[in-house]
Amino acid sequence: MQFGIFSVGDVTPDPTTGRTPTERERIKAMVAIALKAEEVGLDVFATGEHHNPPFVPSSPTTMLGYVAARTERLVLSTSTTLITTNDPVKIAEDFAMLQHLADGRVDLMMGRGNTGPVYPWFGKDIRQGINLAVENYALLHRLWREDVVDWEGKFRTPLQGFTSTPRPLDGVAPFVWHGSIRSPEIAEQAAYYGDGFFHNNIFWPADHTKRMVELYRARYAHYGHGTPEQAIVGLGGQVFMRKNSQDAVREFRPYFDVAPVYGHGPSLEEFTEQTPLTVGSPQQVIEKTLSFREYAGDYQRQLFLMDHAGLPLKTVLEQLDLLGEEVVPVLRKEFAKNRPADVPDAPTHSSLLATAKAKEGARA
Amino acid sequence: MRLVVVSAGLSVPSSTRLLGDRLAAATAAQAPADVQVVELRDLAVEIAHNFTNGFPGRALAGAFDAVAGADGLIVVTPVFSASYSGLFKSFFDALSVSDPEALAGKPVLIAATGGTARHSLVLDHALRPLFSYLKAVVVPTGVYAASEDWGAEGLDGRVERAAGELAALTAGAATARPLPRRDSFEEVTPFEERLAALRPTG
Repeated sequence: MQFGIFSVGDVTPDPTTGRTPTERERIKAMVAIALKAEEVGLDVFATGEHHNPPFVPSSPTTMLGYVAARTERLVLSTSTTLITTNDPVKIAEDFAMLQHLADGRVDLMMGRGNTGPVYPWFGKDIRQGINLAVENYALLHRLWREDVVDWEGKFRTPLQGFTSTPRPLDGVAPFVWHGSIRSPEIAEQAAYYGDGFFHNNIFWPADHTKRMVELYRARYAHYGHGTPEQAIVGLGGQVFMRKNSQDAVREFRPYFDVAPVYGHGPSLEEFTEQTPLTVGSPQQVIEKTLSFREYAGDYQRQLFLMDHAGLPLKTVLEQLDLLGEEVVPVLRKEFAKNRPADVPDAPTHSSLLATAKAKEGARA
Repeated sequence: MRLVVVSAGLSVPSSTRLLGDRLAAATAAQAPADVQVVELRDLAVEIAHNFTNGFPGRALAGAFDAVAGADGLIVVTPVFSASYSGLFKSFFDALSVSDPEALAGKPVLIAATGGTARHSLVLDHALRPLFSYLKAVVVPTGVYAASEDWGAEGLDGRVERAAGELAALTAGAATARPLPRRDSFEEVTPFEERLAALRPTG
């Protein structure tokens, strides 16, 4: 199982000091956090994509390329890549380039975005959100698998004899996850292609996540990719830890209370009771995270949101130390227990390459 | 039938709740009904949190289910600033985000209370358009009760008339109403259909 972190890339004032980091500071902090993720033994770093303040990561492959050059093992991913408003041709090119530079340590997560005006800013119609996700991804899927593509669709100029360069590393397309909080259509899309399905999980009660994951698993089997249990599932999580749980609550509360997404709403206690947010000791984080398996089944990727709501970089790095040293090693061991042997790990470049070679061998 | 009263009264006891109860009793007298009352005052914090969180808390989700599952609905609000109360509107805003079809085809009796009779047109200028927008079938007679009505003749008759209309509509609607929307998780459009719909023709 893979463990990692995903960052929204928000520039938020630290409510305890009133200080707002500069964009440069925040961008460099994201990089420092990614490097730390590898240092403490995590597997994945994913960045969001946003096109409006107060967010900085508008250009994910630029950032991930920089991180790739400074890491050895870390898988670089996105959370999410906007399949609705980006040109699928440019996504194909950017991520294939990144894949070569990172020696295959790349996958990506498709998303529709949650900021309405991004659609008109990029010349798209928000009412076509699902259709854009469907058509654009269908093209992207072909561009990575066919050397020469003739294509015509509803939303983009046609392509005649087009070859997306560079070709994917070793002829293997980067693995794709599809992220959606509430759209069954996207779970269906992920299942159709046999791609991964990621539920952000963190702002919603568990029963909602459960329904989305169950639908994806059932449809994954329907399309003949394997059993429902073999479908590739990723979940988000959100934690703040200190050795002593009271210290965690005391330190995190001022950040929680005014956090951009859920601040000024329910109390920290109510929110942790209703959603996967855990504020407490590493042991509490372990217990809560292990409980995700009860409603999502054995899954492949767990990403934590660690750097948001104005938490200072120093604090985030301390959190990553705790995550890497005290939480993830236990989670790896516990999640491995009773995990059926036929539940696969998350696909990586080397596993996809091996599968492709085995198929070729079978054909030859 | 399942009859649900949504009351936005704030004081205890509340004349808004009292009007809701009278309407429910009068309706149940004409058609046997299980009556459930949803007091929005008890849900006020969860309604606010629904806006900040994006999902309903447990009690609010229960109220949404009750309203969506009702055969007939009686909604009662006090008049605030010449309209329904903000709490009343917020409940239906949150409901319609959670389930845009919750009220589609559902018989709804609209009622309001106020300090004076001067606001009685709130029924037709504020409540009726709101519930029309939500695709409910609003009964022709709305009931407005000003403070003075509780000691005057006439309120009984309006209550009876409106309740009779709701009972009749509910009986008819049980067969005429469109089937409840199937859950989007149970009714997935196969992906090939989505792809095919985007394929250029000709």
